[in-house]
Amino acid sequence: MNMADLLWIIVAMPFTIFLVLAFLGKKLSANLTAIIAISGTGTSALLTILLGWSFLGSPPENYSLSSHLWEWMNAGGLITSMSLRLDALSLVFIFVITFVGFLILVYSTEFMRNEEGYARFFAYMNLFIGSMLILVLADNLLLLYLGWEGVGLCSYLLIGFWYKDPANGYAARKAFIMTRIGDTALIIGLFLLFTEFGTLNIADILSAAPEKWASGDPTARLAAFLLLGGAVGKSAQLPLQTWLPDAMAGPSPVSALIHAATMVTAGVYLIARTHTIFELAPLAQNAVAIIGATTLLLAGFSALTQRDIKRVLAYSTMSQIGYMFLALGVGAWSAAVFHFMIHAFFKALLFLGAGAIIMVLHHEHNMFKMGGLYKKLPVIFWTFLIASASLAALPVISAGFYSKDLILWETFASASGGTQLWFLGYIGAFITALYTARMVFVTFFGKTKIEPTQRPGLRITLPLVVLALFSFAGGFIELPHTLGHVQVFSGLMQHALPHLEIRDVAESSELVLQIITGLTSLIAVGAAYVLYIRRRSWTDSIRNSTLVIQIHRFWNLGWGFDTAYDTLLVKPIVYLSRINKNDVVDLISLGLSKAMVYFNKLLVYTQNGKIRWYMATIALGAILTLTISILL
Amino acid sequence: MILAGLIFTLLIGGLFAGLLERRFKGIAKWISLLALLFNMGQLIRIWLGYSRNFLIGTNEKMYLVLRKPWIPEFGIEFHLELDGLGLVMVMLTGFLGLLSLLVSWNHVSKKVGFYYFNLLWTLAGIMGVFLAFDLFLFYLFWEVMLVPMYFLISIWGHSNRTYAAYKFFIFTQLGGLLMLLSLLGLYFIQGSESGVYTFDYWKLLETSIGPAQSSWLMFGFIIAFFIKLPVLPFHNWLPDAHAEAPTAGSVILAGLLLKTGAYGLLRFVIPFFPEAAQSFALPAMILGVCGILYGAKLAFAQTDIKRLVAYTSVSHMGFVVIGIFAFNTLAMQGVIMQLVAHGLSTGALFILAGILYERTGTRDLEKLGGLWASVPRMGTAGLILVLASLGLPGLVNFVAEFMILAGTFTASKLIAAIAALGLVGAAIYSLRIMQKVFYGTEKSKTSISDLTFMETIIIAAVVFLLLFLGLYPSPITKTVAPSVQEIISNTEKVKIGEVHQILYEEITLEAANGDH
Amino acid sequence: MVEIPLTHSIVLAAVLFLLGLVGLLTRRNILFMLMSVEIMLNAAGLVFIVGSSRWAQADGQVMYIFILSMASAEVAVGLALIVQFYKKFNTLDTDAASKLKG
Repeated sequence: MNMADLLWIIVAMPFTIFLVLAFLGKKLSANLTAIIAISGTGTSALLTILLGWSFLGSPPENYSLSSHLWEWMNAGGLITSMSLRLDALSLVFIFVITFVGFLILVYSTEFMRNEEGYARFFAYMNLFIGSMLILVLADNLLLLYLGWEGVGLCSYLLIGFWYKDPANGYAARKAFIMTRIGDTALIIGLFLLFTEFGTLNIADILSAAPEKWASGDPTARLAAFLLLGGAVGKSAQLPLQTWLPDAMAGPSPVSALIHAATMVTAGVYLIARTHTIFELAPLAQNAVAIIGATTLLLAGFSALTQRDIKRVLAYSTMSQIGYMFLALGVGAWSAAVFHFMIHAFFKALLFLGAGAIIMVLHHEHNMFKMGGLYKKLPVIFWTFLIASASLAALPVISAGFYSKDLILWETFASASGGTQLWFLGYIGAFITALYTARMVFVTFFGKTKIEPTQRPGLRITLPLVVLALFSFAGGFIELPHTLGHVQVFSGLMQHALPHLEIRDVAESSELVLQIITGLTSLIAVGAAYVLYIRRRSWTDSIRNSTLVIQIHRFWNLGWGFDTAYDTLLVKPIVYLSRINKNDVVDLISLGLSKAMVYFNKLLVYTQNGKIRWYMATIALGAILTLTISILL
Repeated sequence: MILAGLIFTLLIGGLFAGLLERRFKGIAKWISLLALLFNMGQLIRIWLGYSRNFLIGTNEKMYLVLRKPWIPEFGIEFHLELDGLGLVMVMLTGFLGLLSLLVSWNHVSKKVGFYYFNLLWTLAGIMGVFLAFDLFLFYLFWEVMLVPMYFLISIWGHSNRTYAAYKFFIFTQLGGLLMLLSLLGLYFIQGSESGVYTFDYWKLLETSIGPAQSSWLMFGFIIAFFIKLPVLPFHNWLPDAHAEAPTAGSVILAGLLLKTGAYGLLRFVIPFFPEAAQSFALPAMILGVCGILYGAKLAFAQTDIKRLVAYTSVSHMGFVVIGIFAFNTLAMQGVIMQLVAHGLSTGALFILAGILYERTGTRDLEKLGGLWASVPRMGTAGLILVLASLGLPGLVNFVAEFMILAGTFTASKLIAAIAALGLVGAAIYSLRIMQKVFYGTEKSKTSISDLTFMETIIIAAVVFLLLFLGLYPSPITKTVAPSVQEIISNTEKVKIGEVHQILYEEITLEAANGDH
Repeated sequence: MVEIPLTHSIVLAAVLFLLGLVGLLTRRNILFMLMSVEIMLNAAGLVFIVGSSRWAQADGQVMYIFILSMASAEVAVGLALIVQFYKKFNTLDTDAASKLKG
């Protein structure tokens, strides 16, 4: 079988399952639903591995495969087709999507077992996986946009999965609408690119762009900023980040799959995919780095103050995607994608673990009401610990260390990066380790406050273990010079993404920086240990000063962005539409008809039905006419 | 004769339905069904022939023509033609006509015969509008579709129907009157120019009119079509008419009557007055953009579900205006897609609103909620239609809006960018429908029944078309391509003319210089 | 035969006309109003006759015959209407019949 044919089969599998579940979902038993639900993505994952194997073993021409399905639009010079294209970048993405997606579906078969709408859940999840695959495999921007909106839709549907609570519906709409604002920027970017190049084919645009635009061309800058707008919305970066914490209203597997591992990294994919345009617009690329650095810090501080375990993870996701943006912004393309992959493993694991904990603790989200779980839930504890180590980037033993260290080093060394950006990332690393350790200590250590009702079954623990394995070992495919020098990942990426331009820095500085960041995360963990295990009284006394309370509240509410948007945008618009519910324009025609009625009333007096009155007026009129005609 | 058959089947069917219902109870709907099915069959036959025509690549301009002298003294002919644009519109008419018949199948209780008479005559009028190539005939059909629609609203409508019917009638009639004036103006100018007084479309097309006159004449047409479409300052008849009309009436109003406005702009305004239209392009596009945003804002504020959907029409038709006045093939193709997309999706939304009203007895969003649990099929239908309305890729509305905006972007970047904000607005009001009706807590205790088999079929047919054309729009884009090409070439003639003039001036200048 | 001065006849006609008008305006009984109308018609007819004799032309007399025939037709219709009117309203008061007012 032709390798390219596998592509559309991989994409078609989840859609088929979606259709099956959508049409037959009601009639199937729960077990059958579960088997069908995981089969599609399972097949896709297997095929992806098969495809990846042959892709790596005998690379195709240009390191890309493409498969043309049918012509989509053809009108007035706009020709787009339903075509898929696989290169190294999308290979990494489809691997993560199908593989992590499969594990999460397996987990969900148990997690969602007693929920109403079991089949509906899996239908949405499969639709999501299918759309996400289209997003990363699309060979043109319009098809990418189709996947882009498709995953947004699924995100909306799954955040609002428990639709009976209006708060969930609100969170779902907030997520959809805020990302739609970014999407609108993206689609305007598409118009611009189409107007400039006459095509939306990604490869064609990327090859034509350097010929058309010099570096720093204003049109290129505009295009890059518009694409960035889309990426910022989808990836929950400043200033469109506020939807992500609320999106935690959805079931935990949804948070794991959509709001941690895959969809929120679509922005990273988009920027990496259109890297040429960003390279031609240095200003926009700098903006990517600055947005990333700012978001990673703001979100990190916010994560530090959350009590809801899922919100900690949500802010942490924002922060980690901030790292990816930072890497993209300094031209460390491969490092960003590497961090995406590692992050997908450990963050999915963290969400799944948190979901399992919440499930066995009567839907308790507040981690300060948890505690002492390390003995009660050993599997969850150990897997969670491995993932946390990765998130905190504990040196040498965790995958997260290698990916984050790579980003920090390349930020430092990049021609467009520098010490300032590195420093922001470094502070972020400290905070990340701090809130991660806080989360682990508060949740798993100390006194047991709520007894778990049950031990999670095999279908929950198995995906956790597999993901833990990847969170631990995933980092070893890309090791720095100083530690083994393995370059499997960047070796693969160099076929899709350009190399980093390194400025003139001392060779030894890499090692120095690694030691500094490694030590920092250890210190942060130690600090958390002191504050949350040893000396709880210290934490309490710190927390009692008014300034800290103020700052705490400010951070806890996500730096007041929600409030600002609410007062500056939402409330005025709602107010305006409320006072104008009956349409001002209608008053014009209403006024006309009122005037007609008024004149009608005036004339009615002349028609009172009294004959003598008519006679009198006739006589009067005759006399008047006569008088006038005689006088004149 | 097929073309006349399309119209007369409906006219005669309507007469029979109205007359025989007194004698044989329940026969009217069967007669109507027969007439509409017959028409649909004819249309499919025509379309198959047409698609073969364009697939082989023969370059026939028009596919079907019918000319019969009617009132030769005034140069009036019974002149029908069908090109790609007309074909798409007529097929939409046939399809939505069938749907509107099916949704009223068991729901008409008073004056049944007269109801079906009006339904069929409105449809006949609409078909006539899409087919007529004699301007007098066009005007006649324009009125034929209006009067039965007035009766449909005023007799079978909801509580405030009389007001709505009057408003609808006065607005459209006012526009029609202005159009008649312009039409006569065109007729006399052409007649005095060539000596042959005629209402023939192609003859009138050759009229050369001075700029001042042509802009006056154009405004007569434009106001008529803008009222019908509707464009911003003339839109306020629409929410009342749509909200008060019976379900079938709303479907025809939103799905077809509005389209006649857009069709008129495409068929008459742009080809007749290319220069005047181009100089009016910017104001028209601004009106369109305002309509998009203002309609979205008003839709967001509504609590009556039918009024909400009505205002979304204002918003969606704004895209049509900017697309038409962008003057390029891509946008024009998008406009026609948008007509089809909006006709299908909004028509189906009105059907759904009608079903909801029939089950729950209310159209007030505040009184609905949490219906997903009891009516999942209806919820799914609502979800898909709402997604179509917000322009989700994969559904035909997205194809239309993308083409329009991409085409407009080449004409005016700013207008397209602002219009794209309408996509955000669409998301806001569309998802509000889902939230208020299907999600949230259940407001009423009484459980309602889900879609019946027939209703499922109706909605599924629409959804299938939305999805199919959304993923494979070629059947429409290819069918209308020659018509669009012709409309565009008309406007391009103007541009080329300008270039000629400039060149000519340069040459004369050079010649003048050469003399020295 | 003594010629009656033109002015006398015209004054008489004017008086008759005014009498009729006043009667029309003051009477509420529709029968009397009809009579008043007849008086006014005859006043107009008188002017025609006088004019005809003054200029020795037949036109005026022709006009009078017109008026006469028209008046009789009018009375015929008017009386029929009055009968219906009485049947419907049980009164001959015109003010009671203002149903046609705007």
